[in-house]
Amino acid sequence: MPKPQEAWSSKLGVILAVAGSAVGLGNFLRFPGLAAQYGGGAFMIAYFVSLLVIGFPIGWCEWGLGRYGGRYGFHSTPGIFYALLKNRWAKYLGVIGFIVPVMIYMYYVYVEAWCLGYALNAATGNLSKPGMNYSEFFSRYTGAGVDGIALHFGLYDVGIFVVIVYALNFYFIFKGISKGIEAVCKYAMPALIAIALIVLVRVLTLGTPDPAKPAQSVLNGLGFMWNPGDVWTGLKNPQLWLAASGQIFFSLSVGFGVIITYSSYLTKKDDVVLSGLTASAANEFCEVGLGGLITVPAAFVFLGAAGIIGQGTFSLGFNVLPEVFARMPGGQLFATIFFILLFLAAITSSLSMLQPGIAFLEEGLGINRRASVALLGLITAVGTLFVWYFSKNLKALDTIDFWVGTLMIFIQATILIIIFGWRVGIDKGWEEMHLGADIRVPSFFKPVIRYLTPGFLLTIFALFILKNVFGWNFAWGDAARFEPTGYVKDLVGPSHDLVARLSVALVAVMTIFSVVLVQIAGKNWESKPLKEEDR
Amino acid sequence: MTFGGWINLVLSVGFVSTLFIWCIWRVLHEPEHPGQQLAHIEPVEDKQADER
Repeated sequence: MPKPQEAWSSKLGVILAVAGSAVGLGNFLRFPGLAAQYGGGAFMIAYFVSLLVIGFPIGWCEWGLGRYGGRYGFHSTPGIFYALLKNRWAKYLGVIGFIVPVMIYMYYVYVEAWCLGYALNAATGNLSKPGMNYSEFFSRYTGAGVDGIALHFGLYDVGIFVVIVYALNFYFIFKGISKGIEAVCKYAMPALIAIALIVLVRVLTLGTPDPAKPAQSVLNGLGFMWNPGDVWTGLKNPQLWLAASGQIFFSLSVGFGVIITYSSYLTKKDDVVLSGLTASAANEFCEVGLGGLITVPAAFVFLGAAGIIGQGTFSLGFNVLPEVFARMPGGQLFATIFFILLFLAAITSSLSMLQPGIAFLEEGLGINRRASVALLGLITAVGTLFVWYFSKNLKALDTIDFWVGTLMIFIQATILIIIFGWRVGIDKGWEEMHLGADIRVPSFFKPVIRYLTPGFLLTIFALFILKNVFGWNFAWGDAARFEPTGYVKDLVGPSHDLVARLSVALVAVMTIFSVVLVQIAGKNWESKPLKEEDR
Repeated sequence: MTFGGWINLVLSVGFVSTLFIWCIWRVLHEPEHPGQQLAHIEPVEDKQADER
């Protein structure tokens, strides 16, 4: 009797799960900061162009390839590439699809613990004490000030929340696709949107809280982000295009190895076109429609432009916004629910990062779910402990995020789009994508997927490397300057950083370990004939 | 907030909201195709977890 296979229980369920994977802290913290920094007009043009050229196309391709590979009984990127390319070397192209979600999970779950911990601290008034130094609180709470300092387990320390979120993640992932991931997302995503709408109404009705500062009104806050500025100059700035397309790319979570796994549990009669579009639309609604109207106006109203300029994702979320809520009428409640919102966004994402690893261990090593969950738990625990201990300046987290959570994803997405458009073939891929489809992809996307998307992605990737590795200043001729960035200097040269080197060593060990696992998996797969199931 | 800012905001937020609502409406109102069913072979008991 054939072994029962996992599956989603409803179309809306898989859409909410993919949307949950995509919606994260970046929607509410990173996007608003970038839009405000680069000027709302030019940034949004570049953003929507990137959505059409890389966001939707790569999403559809990943949904399509996942479902196609799932019909051969594979649910991991290495397995799916092996099945679709029918080549024993193809599985190695999918190694990144295992490494990326597993390693991102290692530090993402730590950030998730911050969100839950901040929610408790907000609820008990710990984030609204008069004269509070929020940077100092963040530094002590997360360990950003000193290595090892966050290894505490008091009720108001992060330690207990790391344990809680870890247990929650593995509890739900053990319950499986429909009873675990789907069940969580069916409640968490609507709750997330409901909370965001409540906070949005609160922010948009703030008016001008301080009569002594009439310029700091919510309308001016909206204007700070949405006023177009000099659009033409902005559009000529390659850094703006890099920022906008990068935000689209990482926000939609394409190329992570998650969508390809999630969609592998669908049958050829299940739609992927409308589902893919809906998941992307949900992410964009949360990002532009909610995040774009909450964070920057709220910060502007209480702290002015100075409170926003130069703030990164974590600074905005865990330093600026707690102070904003502390000054807001009813702020303690809104701070609590806001951090619960961030926690919900984080857990729906972190759950998605575990499933590709589980799927690969099960189908590659032939072990059961209990064993695969235990093994993945052990692997990720090592990484999380590493990030948790080496927390000073969030160096370990930041280093792994750069080399794995940014660079490797670019590579994986490029591999994916080329496989779809050139190896499987655009005609076959297009036909495959439209099996069971509820809507048709407009035909102009066919040449977009084959030519424009890979070209645009590779251009963005090249710009990313030039800026973030070689430190190019985007000037030409005599004005051009190349100064290796901190990510490179941390590894080589006189000012190297030990923790950065250890982090890259961890990435290297994980990569070698993954390649060995894929080799073992390949031997198991090659011992059986490849057979497409009629589903 | 300038006039351009309002245009930018309304177009951007309007586009993503309209797209999201339209998609959800289509998903919820799409008739099932013949043979289109999900979870047809998913075990429902936790104790069968290893049979998945």
